[in-house]
Amino acid sequence: MDEAVAALRGGGAKLIAGGQSLLPVMKLNLAAPSDLVSLAGVPGLADIADGGDSVTVGAMCTHAQVAGSTIVQTRIPALAAMADGIGDAQVRNAGTIGGSVAHNDPAADYPAACVALGATIVTDRREIHSDDFFQGMFMTPLEDDEVITAVRFPVASRAAYAKFANPASKYAVAGVMVAQRGDTVRVAVTGASGDGVFRVAAMEEALEACFCGESVAGIAVSSDGMLSDTAAGAEYRAHLVTVMAKRAAEACE
Amino acid sequence: MSGNGTGIGASVKRKEDTRFLTGRGRYTDDVNLPGQLYGYILRSGMAHAKIGTVHTDAAKAAPGVHAVFTGKDMEGVGGIPTGWLIHSKDGSPMVEPGHPAMAIGKVRYVGDCVAIVVAETAEQAKAASNLIDVEREELPAVASIEAAEADGAPLVFDEAPGNVCYDWEVGDKAATDAAFENADHVVSIDVVNNRLIPNAIEPRAAIANYDPATGEYTLYTTSQNPHLVRLLLGAFVLGLPEHKLRIVAPDVGGGFGSKIPHYAEEAILTWTAGQLGRPVKWTCERIDAFKSDTHGRDHISTAKLALDADGKFLGLHVSTKANLGAYLSTFATCVPTYLYGILFAGPYTTPAVYCEVKSFFTNTVPVDALRGAGRPEATYLLERLVDKAAHELGLDRVAIRRQNFVREFPYQTPVALQYDMGDYDATLDLALDASDWAGFEGRRAESAARGKLRGIGISTFIEACGIAPSAVVGSLGARAGLYESGSVRVHPTGSVSVFTGTHSHGQGHETTFAQIVSDMLGVDFDAVDVVHGDSAKIPFGMGTYGSRSLAVGGTAIYLAVEKVIEKGKKIAAHLLEASVEDIEFENGSFTVAGTDRSTTLGEVALTAYVPHNYPEGLEPGLEETAFYDPLNFTFPAGTHVAEVEVDPDTGEVELVAVTGADDVGRVINPMIVAGQLHGGLAHGIGQALMEECVYQDDGQLETGSYMNYTMPRAADLPSFNINHNTTLCTHNPLGVKGVGEVGSIGVPPAVINAVIDALRPLGVHDMTMPATSQRVWQAIQQAQG
Repeated sequence: MDEAVAALRGGGAKLIAGGQSLLPVMKLNLAAPSDLVSLAGVPGLADIADGGDSVTVGAMCTHAQVAGSTIVQTRIPALAAMADGIGDAQVRNAGTIGGSVAHNDPAADYPAACVALGATIVTDRREIHSDDFFQGMFMTPLEDDEVITAVRFPVASRAAYAKFANPASKYAVAGVMVAQRGDTVRVAVTGASGDGVFRVAAMEEALEACFCGESVAGIAVSSDGMLSDTAAGAEYRAHLVTVMAKRAAEACE
Repeated sequence: MSGNGTGIGASVKRKEDTRFLTGRGRYTDDVNLPGQLYGYILRSGMAHAKIGTVHTDAAKAAPGVHAVFTGKDMEGVGGIPTGWLIHSKDGSPMVEPGHPAMAIGKVRYVGDCVAIVVAETAEQAKAASNLIDVEREELPAVASIEAAEADGAPLVFDEAPGNVCYDWEVGDKAATDAAFENADHVVSIDVVNNRLIPNAIEPRAAIANYDPATGEYTLYTTSQNPHLVRLLLGAFVLGLPEHKLRIVAPDVGGGFGSKIPHYAEEAILTWTAGQLGRPVKWTCERIDAFKSDTHGRDHISTAKLALDADGKFLGLHVSTKANLGAYLSTFATCVPTYLYGILFAGPYTTPAVYCEVKSFFTNTVPVDALRGAGRPEATYLLERLVDKAAHELGLDRVAIRRQNFVREFPYQTPVALQYDMGDYDATLDLALDASDWAGFEGRRAESAARGKLRGIGISTFIEACGIAPSAVVGSLGARAGLYESGSVRVHPTGSVSVFTGTHSHGQGHETTFAQIVSDMLGVDFDAVDVVHGDSAKIPFGMGTYGSRSLAVGGTAIYLAVEKVIEKGKKIAAHLLEASVEDIEFENGSFTVAGTDRSTTLGEVALTAYVPHNYPEGLEPGLEETAFYDPLNFTFPAGTHVAEVEVDPDTGEVELVAVTGADDVGRVINPMIVAGQLHGGLAHGIGQALMEECVYQDDGQLETGSYMNYTMPRAADLPSFNINHNTTLCTHNPLGVKGVGEVGSIGVPPAVINAVIDALRPLGVHDMTMPATSQRVWQAIQQAQG
């Protein structure tokens, strides 16, 4: 790990995990790092550990590993199911949780899971709560030479993820994770906003009052600031957030 | 014709699949020549711009670079020609601007070829292309039909006022107008036929070589019609005689029409190889394929149908605007005219039909044939309109179709075509039965109980395949014949090589044609090999498109086999000491009629090549060639039924069932026919529900990758319910019609009619393709105010 961090200091080097975001960008000549520092040879980064009230997923765990993990399936089944719905089989076998979180693509699935479950991002030097980590489209507090080592997910009493995928790319157009821990409900949305993952307070309050799909079915989110593209304009996206929130809540029932 | 085993009618596994499925296919990119260099084509990033000097010094000095050529270097070389001259209503010829292989003075679409960099490696060539500095002045672009026809619109070509290429018509306008005057009902519709990007799995590629010792050029290229490329590249662009230009189209991974045209890159590569005296190879990247493979469709139409009080069709009037893109690709001009307007009788007896088509230049990728080419556009419009007429008149959708079916053959339509044979009731009945049309309301109720909206849609259609005859198409402006050649070489020991001018890029010709020949000659299926795709081996050919290969190319092979048998009878008669008239040929044996005296094809073949005991005056050898010029189009027909379930919360359309009842003529290989139908249906469903090429107003291609251009995936499709009712084509000896485009022609209107049927209870009566979830959701929102 020290070697990797050292290699990242000094300019144009870039960290590569599964390469599912970085390589396409490089192919389009939109990024041309001087060096690629791979974490593939760093031991211990692909472990999944059951910590009782939390599950810690190593940064180099692929989506397929998370989806197939007995620990994740048993302790946080919504997280396993979410990982099983990322991209396609090739992406799931190469892409990693650390890479996805570090990239903070506004249409990626993991940010919604992290925020809804209240995960903590563990790096080589500190721990960052997900509330402080996802700072907008592709923005995180990570230093240039900082390396995510794991993501620690508190175990929820119930949680579910519902995604409306872009029919072409299969990225989330609107992905909503609903999670309850104790009396607290979190509703985190990915794919829809230009600022990346966000929470919907009105839905959280409604679900805390009465946990069922109908509680959120009538709660609209504003289309201001929503992404807009050929598959889904802002208004449609905003509408889908409500529909997906309802479905996620129903899946928890 | 045995009908079983490996003969005609048998589902023989495809010969070609052994190499395709084991990675042994040899595609253009697999071809490597000693000393080859790699070319990278620099393309315009602007849709419309004046270009001045193209500075190439820095690129030329880059590592590994051998040469950089621009449009100025190729000035004086012929432009890329187009294959069909269309005349406007007033008799004037279409506007036919020049198409330099690399841009001179102006670029006209994002993707237009600007320069070629030739280097030791593909990576070096690409990297050096970044160093080319193009002096350019951006011009306002026209990226759609609406923009092209707007008052004061920028001109793609100065010589094309209003950006109009031609304003064409077909049919009797006066008779059609009269039909509307006498009509009890008139039903109108506006439809858009969405622009599609073809997306063959193998991107285009080419490798060219020049041999200074012989003066011969060889071009390996991803083409559906290598001889056509030779004709256009040789005669029109480079000025090379045919014997000095060899075109090879080896294994090709899908075409769908996008590999019909002769492309600028083929000319650039061949010319560059000549300049450098070394082979030059180019392989298109997927990102460039989106903006340089010809696109398809892109029509805006308005139409009206005149009916009597009972729902009988009296007249049809169609006005269409078509987008041709920035240059005239090889068959661009005939697709929205002679492959479109003459289809508007459909399977119906409408006595008066008139269609006018105005085609426009725009700053977009050139548009050419795409699976169905004109016929999907016509079928979609007609079948949407018939459904709308049924709804507005309160008539049953099936009954109104049946009421207007053509039942007497041959049938002369009011728009040029003469249908030789069909049975439209039979395919309709078959489809209704197989789709359980009668039981639909029960299924609708079951869906409604789950909160879903279910709909069912139908389309009854004909298509015209195997475009022909040459003299007729010539009189309509075609600059090529549309016949086909076939050669059958029986080797001395009895195995057979078959040479066809058609080209297989997924169709399975190597199997189907071998079935025909082995069946006719009574030789083992494995003893017959089919050769295609090489102008040095094949006498001549017009290639594969328009579902023509079996009906035209297969017939040429059939006729060549007949010639082989006729010659064989002469040899057999000599060997059997009988008269030629008494020789019968069956199952590989020549027999003296009424006797047990016979000899085999093998013995006859050996005798033909070792002619020691041989008929006087007869040429040795056993090889025959036939050229077949068809007498008419063939007319496959059928009924497609689609059933959908719409999620009203999200607008998602799930395709629940697709039923086809098709008459494709005699089926040679049912498995291959099923595969062709499945592929065509997937293509048509893609158009109906997913695929849409979108340009921004400034001519940038918005859907320029798989991130936002949606192709159908296996998981999007139900299992297809395919059924056949066969009537034989009357004017070719095999009775075959064609199948490759059926799905993409027949199914889109069935799907959209089903979506509208599902949404009618909510007050939605129109839907534009593709019926994406957003579009369906918006339609529901609008209808519900």
